Amino acid sequence: MPIKTVKEAINDALVQSFENDKNVILMGEDIAGGKGREQYRGTQDAWGGPFGVTQGLFTKFGGERVRDTTIAEAGFFGAAVGAAMTGLRPIVELMYVDFAGVCFDQMMNQAAKVRYMFGGKQKVPMVVRTVVGAGFRAGSEHSQTLYSLYTHIPGLKVVAPYDAYDAKGLLLSSIQDDDPVIFMEHKRLYMTSCEVPDDLKPIPLGKGKIRKNGSDVTIVAIQRMNLFAEEAAKELENNNISCEIIDPRSYSPLDEDLIYTSVKKTGRVIIVDESNPKCSLASEISSLISENCFSDLKSGVIKITAPHTPVPFSPPMEDFYIPSSKKIGNAAKELLNA
Amino acid sequence: MLDKNKLDWIYNKLFTIRFFEERIKKIAKEKSVPGYLHTCIGSEAICVGVMAALNKDDWISSTYRNHGHAIAKDCNLNQITSEIYGRSTGICKGRGGSMHISDFDRGMLGSFGIVAAGPPVVLGAALQEKINNGSKNSVSFFGDGAIHNGAFHEAAGLAKLWNIPMLFVCENNGYAEATATDWHLNTKELSDISKAYDMIAYSGNGNDVFEVFNLTNKALKESRNKQTPIFLEFKNYRFSGQYEGDTQLYQPEEEIENAKKNDPIKLAIDNAKNHNLTKDDIEKYKKNALDTVNSAFDFADTQPWPKGEDALEEVYVNYPREVN
Ligand SMILES: Cc1ncc(C[n+]2csc(CCOP(=O)(O)OP(=O)(O)O)c2C)c(N)n1
Ligand SMILES: [Mg+2]
Repeated sequence: MPIKTVKEAINDALVQSFENDKNVILMGEDIAGGKGREQYRGTQDAWGGPFGVTQGLFTKFGGERVRDTTIAEAGFFGAAVGAAMTGLRPIVELMYVDFAGVCFDQMMNQAAKVRYMFGGKQKVPMVVRTVVGAGFRAGSEHSQTLYSLYTHIPGLKVVAPYDAYDAKGLLLSSIQDDDPVIFMEHKRLYMTSCEVPDDLKPIPLGKGKIRKNGSDVTIVAIQRMNLFAEEAAKELENNNISCEIIDPRSYSPLDEDLIYTSVKKTGRVIIVDESNPKCSLASEISSLISENCFSDLKSGVIKITAPHTPVPFSPPMEDFYIPSSKKIGNAAKELLNA
Repeated sequence: MLDKNKLDWIYNKLFTIRFFEERIKKIAKEKSVPGYLHTCIGSEAICVGVMAALNKDDWISSTYRNHGHAIAKDCNLNQITSEIYGRSTGICKGRGGSMHISDFDRGMLGSFGIVAAGPPVVLGAALQEKINNGSKNSVSFFGDGAIHNGAFHEAAGLAKLWNIPMLFVCENNGYAEATATDWHLNTKELSDISKAYDMIAYSGNGNDVFEVFNLTNKALKESRNKQTPIFLEFKNYRFSGQYEGDTQLYQPEEEIENAKKNDPIKLAIDNAKNHNLTKDDIEKYKKNALDTVNSAFDFADTQPWPKGEDALEEVYVNYPREVN
């Protein structure tokens, strides 16, 4: 089976979706790149986005469907809403999720509300592909995750894949979905790889995944935090602590059953979220668990999150900011008095 | 004729910015520097020319491409370098990094990483000056790419409507990331954008530090006298990539070679004799600048890292509450 990086898997899913449906288009800043200078040195797509994820699409599918934009996010996000309402399946790239602020209205008030507010006649089948995450020394305005910002809004679906397999399967579904989907790509995961079958079927949104079976403690890990959960779980085997790792993969809809079943089995939960803690996915999942699994819990839910600060730039501070396998391990040991 | 002190300052700053950027590019390539670096080779005359017309405590905003603005605003170079290295003695205590070099004590309202975030903030500072009968000038720096963003337009519209004296300084360096300006402009001239707001606009050669200086001086006076915002476009060339590591394949060699003929440092050296400066003077400036740059990097190399927990300082809501 071919090994693919997350970056390649996303590119594959885009190419496949472009081939299968001529209504799929892509808009964003420098998603091709080199506009106005195409004649030089074969730089038809000089960038393919800042991380090169969309490289090759312009050459394969042309400028009508792969459209470079100006730095006008509110403009092309709004255009995606209208195009989606009237028959296209636009994918728009928000280069960093940190730029959400300049075009949030189009998502929060238009994309999310059209279907509901206008009586359910019209759907908005658009996808926002965006880059999240700390660990790049990219500072406070290029490192946030902001998962809960979008998850808070009824009418938006939110997906955050961990590995290449899920990235491809979930992006295929997101593009086929008839509602607006925020598809979050973690910059520190782009170059990680795993086996991805060429004929991978779309993975339904709202289905989580058990990444590791275990019996003592459930670790609900959000996106890149699965890496640390896996490291911690391996380490904890030495202490005879068996961890079950749940990767919800999508947050709206959320696979509540998968989480509850695991919590009922283990009675102990650690939630790991790279976001700031207030009103986060971690606090949301924690509250759902206490509402739905209270009598099964052997102790209080533990959240491991970033602190309530912007993402700092300097390496020691950023490393402190990001949750770690050590923090997860310590929490598990405390839970089990090990 | 400019007085000698001013000339000394202008030339020292031009060379300091160029040498600093060349050095940090080299270090990024050979070793590494944490995070994203956006250098400003080609912007020196705009940074220095505008700042030469400003007073020390006038307000400015900058962007992720801010090293030149910070140096020309007389921010401490040791602290700038230390910040880029992520050290605790950095100008933002290591919290900001290269993209956010900023010193409020030098009138810098901020170096913002979000395109077009600066103009509305500078509008606010200028509004404050107007309400309080203050005397500080207010200048927002942004790029050609930023003129497509709503935040710029909303600030421009309000500034004109409210008769706010301030300068919108647009550096038209030919590119917004990998997108050529001649592709992304809708108007023939970039400064035509100001017509939508019936705003006075001037364009100048952003490679000629003296032209930038004179035009900025003129605009500052006019803006104050007429109580109105003014749009300044300075044309130059982005020799640097969008960021360090950008292959720049979309920037044609001929274009770069042509632009080199108008390199702002070269022009300043060519212009020296018109200001009664000798070759020796130039060599002195260069040596001075190089010494400043060298000692800044020596300084930064020896500075301590912040502690992880230092990240928690200065957020004004503690959460969760400390439990003892
Ligand atoms: C709102 C927003 N969108 C996109 C970006 C990503 N981005 C960073 S710099 C840049 C290009 C800006 O070009 P220009 O304004 O010409 O400034 P220059 O880099 O040439 O100085 C873009 C698109 C951003 N930082 N903020
Ligand atoms: Mg530019």
